[in-house]
Amino acid sequence: MFNLLQYPFIQNAFLAGSVVAVAAGLLGYFLVVRGLTFAGHALSNIGFAGAAGAVLAGVHPVYGLLAFTIGASLAISLLGKEIRQRDIAIGVVMTFSLGMGILFLSLYHGYAEQAYSILFGTILGISRVDVLASAVFSLALIAILAVLARPLLFSSFDPEVAEARGVPVRLIGSAFLILTALAISMAVQVVGVLLIFALLVGPAATAIRVTARPGRAIALAVGLGLSYTWLGILLAANSTWPVSFFISMLSFGVYLPVRLLSSQGRRRAQTVIEPTWHPKEDETALIELEEGKDKDLHA
Amino acid sequence: MNALIQNGPLITLEHVNVNLGRVPVLNDVSLTIDAGEFIVIMGPNGAGKTTLLRLLLGLVRPSSGSIQVLGDPPRRGNPAIGYAPQHRNIEADLPLRARDLVGFGLDGHRWGIGRPDPNRRARIDQALAEVDALDLAEAPVGQLSGGEQQRLLIAQALLTNPKLLLLDEPLANLDLAHQQEVVALIARICQAHCVTALLVSHDINPLLQVTDRVLFMAHGRSAIGAPGEVITSQTLTQLYGSPVEVIQALGRFFVVGAEL
Amino acid sequence: MLELLQHEFVRNAFLAGTIVAIICGLVGYFVILRGQAFATESLSHVGFTGATGAALVGASSLVGMFVLTLLSGLGMGALGRRLRGRDVEVGMVLSFFLGLGVLFLSLYSQNATQAVSVLFGSILSVSRQDALITLGAGLGVLVVLGVIFRPLLAASIDPEVAEARGIPVQRLSILFTLLLAVTVSVTVQVVGVLLVFALLVVPAATAEHLTHRPMSMLGLSVALSIAGTWGGLVLAFVGDAPASFFIVSLISLIYFSARIYRHFHSPRRYRELPHPSREVTQK
Repeated sequence: MFNLLQYPFIQNAFLAGSVVAVAAGLLGYFLVVRGLTFAGHALSNIGFAGAAGAVLAGVHPVYGLLAFTIGASLAISLLGKEIRQRDIAIGVVMTFSLGMGILFLSLYHGYAEQAYSILFGTILGISRVDVLASAVFSLALIAILAVLARPLLFSSFDPEVAEARGVPVRLIGSAFLILTALAISMAVQVVGVLLIFALLVGPAATAIRVTARPGRAIALAVGLGLSYTWLGILLAANSTWPVSFFISMLSFGVYLPVRLLSSQGRRRAQTVIEPTWHPKEDETALIELEEGKDKDLHA
Repeated sequence: MNALIQNGPLITLEHVNVNLGRVPVLNDVSLTIDAGEFIVIMGPNGAGKTTLLRLLLGLVRPSSGSIQVLGDPPRRGNPAIGYAPQHRNIEADLPLRARDLVGFGLDGHRWGIGRPDPNRRARIDQALAEVDALDLAEAPVGQLSGGEQQRLLIAQALLTNPKLLLLDEPLANLDLAHQQEVVALIARICQAHCVTALLVSHDINPLLQVTDRVLFMAHGRSAIGAPGEVITSQTLTQLYGSPVEVIQALGRFFVVGAEL
Repeated sequence: MLELLQHEFVRNAFLAGTIVAIICGLVGYFVILRGQAFATESLSHVGFTGATGAALVGASSLVGMFVLTLLSGLGMGALGRRLRGRDVEVGMVLSFFLGLGVLFLSLYSQNATQAVSVLFGSILSVSRQDALITLGAGLGVLVVLGVIFRPLLAASIDPEVAEARGIPVQRLSILFTLLLAVTVSVTVQVVGVLLVFALLVVPAATAEHLTHRPMSMLGLSVALSIAGTWGGLVLAFVGDAPASFFIVSLISLIYFSARIYRHFHSPRRYRELPHPSREVTQK
C-alpha cells in the first residue's frame, strides 16, 4: 500500500484531495442547513459550461469553472428570492448552461477527453501546479469560513434575530453563495460535475443525522469527507475504476444506513406534542409575503 | 408594575412617518413609553406593528420625525434591546440543540469561531433556567413544542441583559395553557430585571393582568392608553373607520366587526 | 428543406422527436402540477446508469433505461409525498446511480463518444427500430394518460379531497411515476440524460407563466415542446452544433422571454393555481 505514496501523481492526488475535502465538508454543512443543495447541483452544472468554454478558449478549465460559478452565484443573490418559482428558474439556467457546454465541446473538435474529465473528475491526473492552486483556494475558503463562522451559523438558523442583532444577513448570504461557487470549482476537480453531491453534500448530510451539535456535525462532516477521499484514491489506485465512483459509493453507502436508522431513532424519542392550532399553509405564506419577511430556511 | 425612576422616557416617537416603498405604513405617530411599562401592540395585519418593532431595532429608517430609544437614535444591534420573533414551525430534524439556539443570543453576531469561554455555558444555563427550560438544553429544537420554542427565543433575547424586550406575537399558535405560561414567564422576567416590554399580540385577554397600556394601530391611525380606554367601541370605530363593537364580559374584551 | 425528409435519419429524428415532444408536454404538465421536477432529474440520471449498464452487457441502451427507470419509478411512487422537499435524500440517491453509471462507462470501451451521446442526446442517429419503439411507447403513454386524466388531475391538485371522493391517489401516484419513467427514457434519446429537464419540465413551466386555465396550460405546454423540438432539429440540420443544444437553447429562450414578458405585463393575480403539493417549505 505505502509504495503507492512514492508516485508523485498519488501524492498530488492526496494533497489536493485532502484540502478540497476539508473545504467541501465545511461548506457542505452550511449548504445542507440553508437548504441550498439544489442550488449547489445547479451551480456545478453551470460550472460545466464555464469549464468547457475555458477549454475552447485554450485556458485551464478551473478558470472557466470559477468565472461561471461565481457569476451565477452573484446573479442568484442579486435576483433575490421569489420563493415559489426559484427552483424551476435555476433549473432552466442550469440546463441552458449544460446546453452551452455541449456546444463549446462540440466546437472544440477532438477533445472529448476534457469533457469526460470535467464531468467525472480528474484527481488522479492532477498536476503539481494544480495541487498548489487547489490548496491555496481551499485554504482561503476555510479561512473565510472561519471568520464568518458564528454570524453565518446564526443567520442560517435564526435569520430574524440575527438581523435584529446587527448581523448583515443579506451580505453574508451573498458571500456564502460565492464561497459555494469556490468550493464547487475545487470539488469538481476531485469528483467531477456530475458527482458533486457525493463530496459536497454526502458527508454533511450524514453528520447532521448523527448529531445536532453544530461544532460536532461540522467536524464529523470534514472527517467523513477526508476518509471518503483517501479511501477513494487508494481504491482507485489499486484498480482501473475511477476515483469519483468510489467516493460516491462510500458517501452513499455511509449515508444510507445513517439516514434510515436516525429516522427511526427520532420517532422513538419524540415527546408528545400538545395540539396547537396552525394557520393554513397558504395563509402563512401570504402573510410572510405581505409583511416582507424572508424565511428562507429549508426552501 | 414598579415604576422606575429614570431620566426621561425610554422610548420617544415624535411625528414619525414610515414609508415602505411608496406605501405609507406609519402615519404621524407620536408616543412615549416609560421605563418598566408593559405595552401590548395590537391591530390587523399590515397595520405596521412589525414595522414599528423594526423601527426601534434600527432596521427601518423613518421618512420623517424623530425617534429616541434609551436616549439615542435607534441603531442596529443594540445590546440593550432584546428581540424575540414569533416561533415558526421549525422542521423536526433541524440540527440544533436548545442550548445552541439560545447561545446565539450571546455571541452569534461576533465574527470568527470564538475562544473557549468557561463562563459561556454558565450564562446560557442561567438564561435557560430563567425560562424554565434548563432540562430542555440538549434537546433538538425542532422536537420541542411551540411554547417551549417560544421560551427559548425569550431566553435568547435575555442574554445581553436588555433593558427593552420586543416580542413579536409570542402567543400565536399556542393553546391556552401555554399562553398563560408564557405570559406569566414574561411578566416575571420583566419584574425581576426591571425590563420594559413591547409585545405584539392579536389577543389582549391573556395579557390583561400584566398590561399597562395598549397601542392599537389600524389603517394608518393609532391610539395608546389603558386597555379599558383604547379597546372601546368608540375608539376602535374611529381607528378602523367602520363600525366596531366591543363587549366586555367575564373580565375580558370581545371585539366584533373588525379583524384583529 | 423538404429534400431533407428524403433521408431516413431525418425522418426518424422527426418521428421520434415529435412523439417525445408531445408526451413531454403532457407529462410535464403534471410534473409541474405535482412539484416533481427534481424527481424527474433523478429518473434521468438513473436512466444513465441503465443505459450504460445495458451497453456493458451488450443490450440496447433504451431497454436498459426502461428497466431501471421503471424500477426506480416504482420505488419513488411508493415513497410518494415523502419525496417533496427532500432535496438531500433525492440528491444522494441520484449520486449513487450516477456513480454506478460512471463505473459502467469507464468499463465499457468506447468511452467518450458513447458517454457524450447518452449524456447529451443523439436524436440525429436514432435507428429506425428505436424510433418505432419510441412511437409505441409514446402511444402507450398517451392512451394511459387519456384514461386517467381526470382522476390524476384531481389527485394532483388536492390529494386529500380526491381521496375522500374515492380516487386511488396512491396508486395513481405510482402509475404516474411509471409514465414519467417511460417518458424520461425516450426523451433521453432526443436531448440526453442531462437535458431531460429542458424538454420535460420547462415547456410546462413556461405555460404556467402564461395562462391559468388548465386546458390552455396543457395545450401550450405541448405546443411549446413541439416548437422547441422542431425548431431545434431544423437548426441542427442547418448549423454545426448538436441538436440537443439547439433544442434546449430554444426552449430556454422561450422560457425567459415568457418570464420577462410576464414581469412587465403581470395581471393582478397573486394566487396561482392551488398547488398544495408544491409548497417549498417542508411540512
